[in-house]
Amino acid sequence: MSDTHAVHHPPPSGFIQKYVFSKDHKVIGIQYFLLALFSVFVGMALSILIRFNLVWPGTEVGLLETLFPQGAPGGIMTPEFYLAMLTMHGTIMVFMVLTTAPQGGFGNYFLPIQIGALDMAFPTLNMLSFWLTFVSLVVLMAAFFVTGGPPTSGWTAYAPLSALGEVAGPGLGTGQNLWIISIAIFCVASLLGALNFITTVLDLRTKGMTLMRMPLTVWSWFVTAILGLLAFGVLLSAGVLLLLDRTLGTSFFIPGGLVVSDQMIDHTGGSPLLWQHLFWFFGHPEVYIAILPGMGVTSQILSVFSRKPVFGYRAMVYALFAIGILGFMVWGHHMFMSGMSPYSAIAFSLMTTAIAVPSAIKTFNWLGTMWGGRIRFATPMLFSIGFVSLFVSGGLGGLFLNQPATDVYLHDTYFVVGHFHLIMGVAAIFGIFAGTYYWFPKMFGRMMNERLGKIHFWITFVGVNAIFMPMHFLGMVGNPRRYAELTAFNFLSELEGLHLFITIAAFLTIAGQFIFLANFFGSLFKGEKAPVNPWEATTLEWTVPSPPPHDNFDGKLPEVHHGPYEYSLPGASKDYVMQTESASRKEPV
Amino acid sequence: MATLAPPPPRTEKPERRRPSGGGRGPTPPHGLGFGGEGGGGAASLPESRYYTGMWLGLAGIVMIFTAFTSAYFVRKGLSDDWRPLALPPLLWVNTLLLVASSGTLEMAKRSYPMPRPFQRWWIATIALGGLFLAGQLTAWQQLAAAGVYVDTNPSSSFFYLLTASHAVHLAGGLGALLWLTWRLFRGGLTKLAVGVTALYWHFMDGLWVYLMLLLVIWR
Repeated sequence: MSDTHAVHHPPPSGFIQKYVFSKDHKVIGIQYFLLALFSVFVGMALSILIRFNLVWPGTEVGLLETLFPQGAPGGIMTPEFYLAMLTMHGTIMVFMVLTTAPQGGFGNYFLPIQIGALDMAFPTLNMLSFWLTFVSLVVLMAAFFVTGGPPTSGWTAYAPLSALGEVAGPGLGTGQNLWIISIAIFCVASLLGALNFITTVLDLRTKGMTLMRMPLTVWSWFVTAILGLLAFGVLLSAGVLLLLDRTLGTSFFIPGGLVVSDQMIDHTGGSPLLWQHLFWFFGHPEVYIAILPGMGVTSQILSVFSRKPVFGYRAMVYALFAIGILGFMVWGHHMFMSGMSPYSAIAFSLMTTAIAVPSAIKTFNWLGTMWGGRIRFATPMLFSIGFVSLFVSGGLGGLFLNQPATDVYLHDTYFVVGHFHLIMGVAAIFGIFAGTYYWFPKMFGRMMNERLGKIHFWITFVGVNAIFMPMHFLGMVGNPRRYAELTAFNFLSELEGLHLFITIAAFLTIAGQFIFLANFFGSLFKGEKAPVNPWEATTLEWTVPSPPPHDNFDGKLPEVHHGPYEYSLPGASKDYVMQTESASRKEPV
Repeated sequence: MATLAPPPPRTEKPERRRPSGGGRGPTPPHGLGFGGEGGGGAASLPESRYYTGMWLGLAGIVMIFTAFTSAYFVRKGLSDDWRPLALPPLLWVNTLLLVASSGTLEMAKRSYPMPRPFQRWWIATIALGGLFLAGQLTAWQQLAAAGVYVDTNPSSSFFYLLTASHAVHLAGGLGALLWLTWRLFRGGLTKLAVGVTALYWHFMDGLWVYLMLLLVIWR
């Protein structure tokens, strides 16, 4: 036992070192979480503007003119402003919410504790990652306040629109530059973070924490970090090339002979498709960066609240890797419309379809985990079941989009909007909610309110289905994406009712999120005190006080003797066996 | 007179901790100290993390240059405006300087912790690295003087992009060498720090040779 002693570290005493420039992975995790929480409400506010303009275009709103004198002169949103909101909504949600909360937030806080480490491998680097992310967010937000406003080129920043500069329209000057710089900083922050996560898993596991005893949350953060390490460098490179095209007159992405706004563009030979290839080589793994941590949390929670081991633990691990590896080979399915060779398209299509195999393994194993369990329907469990549901319904849409023939029809329609919101947006958000309700007691030492949590779940679950399911139908009847106004088109007039329904559903769902906010901050101060292990779970974070001390284990690293999911073992005295429980006791197998 | 830190008391090479279930042999203690890192929570983290982290960092850098390379071939192959670039002959001298610097750094690493030879090789590395960067700067100036700028042709765009990206990374390595020199004179240099820095430096050397091949063969 002598080798499990570690030096006890007292926490830093100054306010700045303790809460602002902290090297403690737990503080950094909470910082990431709060950054994402702020961002998600900004992103939601933008979606209100988007949905508002779609059903009531041309409506005068005085407040809009006060807030955005350039974007809404006279209180009426311009189409360019609509596209700018669309761009910022996507960028903020994908980068600042879906990439930061599950990995930077929960991963930072719980990965070291779950493997029995004092901290991340490089605490200073960890602090740097967060603050770079913060700077990236500030730079991105600055785009709202510059002349021309935010860029209008979408979160994918397709060239040549994104490469031409001010001549292409408002927001494509300074706003687009800020966007690129922000994303470049974000890439650096994510690369450093990924490196830190992988090193921590490889080198910092405590005694007895073999790879196959790691909770699936740790596996999912690990695979996510590998994806981040390999993907963000490519986006960084693409961003550098784009910035050079915009500032130094190179022609990487800008073709010759372009005439924009009655001006001849002085560039030759560049390839807009090159941007798409580079972007989507990052962009598709990014989808998994957003969703894999949600899969990890879901696996964890389904097991804890079904009081059963995860069904097929090893298969779950291998499926994570399979999804990660395949994720790098399918970027072309975002480009079926680009005129690529049908042979390439078939290859990308087959690879994409192949992802259904590990995805189905995970889904069936989740169902298998719940099957026959003594299920406790607490809020984290509801959100995890919701995750499985959304993952399935969102994933089924993918089966239509991964066929080049059907994608050509559906690609620029609301079908895609519905599809990616369900599977990448909302499913990942459900993973975040599940994680929040599950780990809040550990992070803040208080329980969240169950009743409010359940109300929040049902509003959100019904709400998101009411918003995004009908979008599939809109797409099938040919409702195009990215149009600022739909009311001007005769062939869409019959769909106005459905759009109104979606808008109202969106507003109600967003209103429901304030219940979450109230629950979160209310419980922070008034919640019931949380015991060490309120959910009767087995992993290491539930062996330490809530919240854990500065160095996690109070100077004595744990020793692990059990797998992470030993529930309801026959012959055991209670229905769960902590990972740290002594092995000298007769192992119930 | 500069003095070297005494060699780490425990091990010459940081051992990789193999945390596994009991019964797989002794596990090194968690409290592996690391000289000079007093105070912070880092004091009990295993040293192997530095090599692991560096290898992973290099993997990230590989992806950055892979993306550039891929863009290079696509841009070259898809267009009819590519004019091959005549590389300044000075680049060959620079290449020799950088390869030599890798050699001297390796010699420094192997002579650790003998103060005299270590310092000699170490300083030589810094000098060679500095000369390489100065040489790159001169090569850019030569090209500019010949009227070849970043926006002259895609081939020159890529030339400046690749060489500048490499120079930025190498300057980081030079910064690390200088910082370690400061530690060397203050007496806090460890074999681990030398080894990890050397790994990065050798990689930058190899990356440069790769970029030269790319620029020469696929002009």
